[in-house]
Amino acid sequence: MVSTNGSSSTGTQRVKRGLAEMLKGGVIMDVVNSDQAKIAEDAGACAVMALERVPADIRRDGGVARMSDPEMIMAIQASVHIPVMAKVRIGHFVEAQILQSLGVDFIDESEVLTPADETHHIDKFDFTIPFVCGATNLGEALRRISEGAALIRSKGEAGTGNMVEAVRHLRSILGDIRKITQADSAELFEWAKRLQAPLSLVQEIAETGKLQVPLFAAGGIATPADAALAMQLGAETVFVGSGIFKSADPAPRAKAIVEATTHFRDADVLARVSRGLGVAMTGIAMDEINETQRFASRGW
Amino acid sequence: MQVGVLALQGAFAAHSECLTSIGVQSVEVRTPEQLSSVDALLMPGGESSTMSQLLESSGLFDPISTRIADGMPVFGTCAGMILLASEILDGRSDQRSFSAIDISVRRNAFGRQVDSFESTINSSVGDFHGVFIRAPRIERVGDGVEVLGSINNEPVLVRQGNVLAASFHPELSNDARLHEYFVSITANRKKV
Repeated sequence: MVSTNGSSSTGTQRVKRGLAEMLKGGVIMDVVNSDQAKIAEDAGACAVMALERVPADIRRDGGVARMSDPEMIMAIQASVHIPVMAKVRIGHFVEAQILQSLGVDFIDESEVLTPADETHHIDKFDFTIPFVCGATNLGEALRRISEGAALIRSKGEAGTGNMVEAVRHLRSILGDIRKITQADSAELFEWAKRLQAPLSLVQEIAETGKLQVPLFAAGGIATPADAALAMQLGAETVFVGSGIFKSADPAPRAKAIVEATTHFRDADVLARVSRGLGVAMTGIAMDEINETQRFASRGW
Repeated sequence: MQVGVLALQGAFAAHSECLTSIGVQSVEVRTPEQLSSVDALLMPGGESSTMSQLLESSGLFDPISTRIADGMPVFGTCAGMILLASEILDGRSDQRSFSAIDISVRRNAFGRQVDSFESTINSSVGDFHGVFIRAPRIERVGDGVEVLGSINNEPVLVRQGNVLAASFHPELSNDARLHEYFVSITANRKKV
C-alpha cells in the first residue's frame, strides 16, 4: 500500500522491488532460531527466512503448516542485522497483516505452507512490505507479478535436497522469456492466452527481454555447485532451505554456498569451496514422492 | 575509461545498466585481476556485512584499500557508503571498512523495510528523486567532507576528494546524473 507524506512515499513498487535488487548475488537461508540466524549471518547470508520448521521437517511431519510463532520471528529479528523474511500460507492475508505488523522485511507467500485459499492469492498491493512468490512457469510468475509480487523465485520441490524441479522451473521461465523476445506483435496475444497472463506484461517482456522483477532460485539447493548451477542458468540469488541446517556441518557449508554464489562462473573457486564440507543432506528422488505430496503443485 | 562495479553481492547489475546508459564501459569486479583493469570503482547497495566478508575471502580488501589511497575515485551507495565510512555504528563488531571518507554512519538507521521510502533530495548537483532502502544515516560529517545533498537538513550525499557516498540508490530511479558526476570526477583525475 502506498502512503505519501509531503514529498516522501512508502510502499511503492520501486521501494519494494528495490529491496529485491539489494538481495541479488546473495544467499537467503532458512533458519529456525536465533543461533542458526547468527550462523547464517556470520557465513555471509544476505537475508534469513525465519520459520518454525525447515521444509524437510514439514514434509516429514505432515499435518497443516502455518505461519511461524511471532515470538520466534521477533527473536530472530533481534539477533541479526540482515533482512528477515517469513512465510505465510497462500491466500492467508491475515497472516501477512501480522507479519507486516512485526516489521518483517519480506513476506514469502509460500506453497511450502498449507494453502489457505484454493482460488485466490493475496492482493499484495494492499501491503507496505514486499512479497516474494514461487512459480513453476512464466504464466504463474506473471500472475503473481500482476498481483503485486516484488520478487519471483522458482518453486522447485522444497525439502528434498534435489534441485531437478528448480532447474525445470528456471529453464521454463527463462526459456519462455527468450522465446517471447523473438515473437512478433501478433504472436504476443497468443502467448498471453497460453500463459494466462496479462497481455501488457507479456508485451513488456518482449520489449525488455527480462522479467519485471528479480528472479531467484529456490527448492532443493544443497551444495555450492547447486547454487552456481542455478546462477549460471540465470537466477539472480539463491534461497537455501533445508540444505544448510540439515547437513552434517552447517557453518562451513553456508559460507561455501555464499562464495559459490558470488563466484558462480569461476570453476577454480567452486572446486576450492566444495572441498571437505562433510555430508550434504540425504535428499529424496522425485519418484519417491507421490503427486499429492508435492508442494510445487500448490498455487494457481 | 573503465569503471568497475563491485559485484560481490547487491545491486551491481542496476549500476552497470546506469553506466551503459551514459555510454561508459563497466566491468564487474569480483577478483584482484578485474580490479587492476579499472580506473574507478562503484560500490553498490546490498548487505554490507555480506560484502565485507566476501571482500576478505576474495582477496579484494587490501588491493582496493591501496587503490583508494592512491586516489582511485570510488562511489559508494547505501551499503557501499557504509564500506567507505570511517566509523560504522550498529554494524557487526568484525565488520571492516575502508575509512576512505570521514563520516560516521549508522546501519539501517532509517528503519526496516516497512519504513523504506522515496523522496526528493535537494543537492548542489541538482535535485534528485532518492530511493532509500533500509537506509543508513550519516550521523557525523568530518571537517574535510562536503555535503552535496540532503533531505530535511540531513546529509545524504557527501564527497571528500575522489570519494563520493550516498545513503540512497541513484541506480533505482532511471536517472544517471550522479553516475555522470562520478564519471566526471574520474575523467578529471585521468587528465592530471
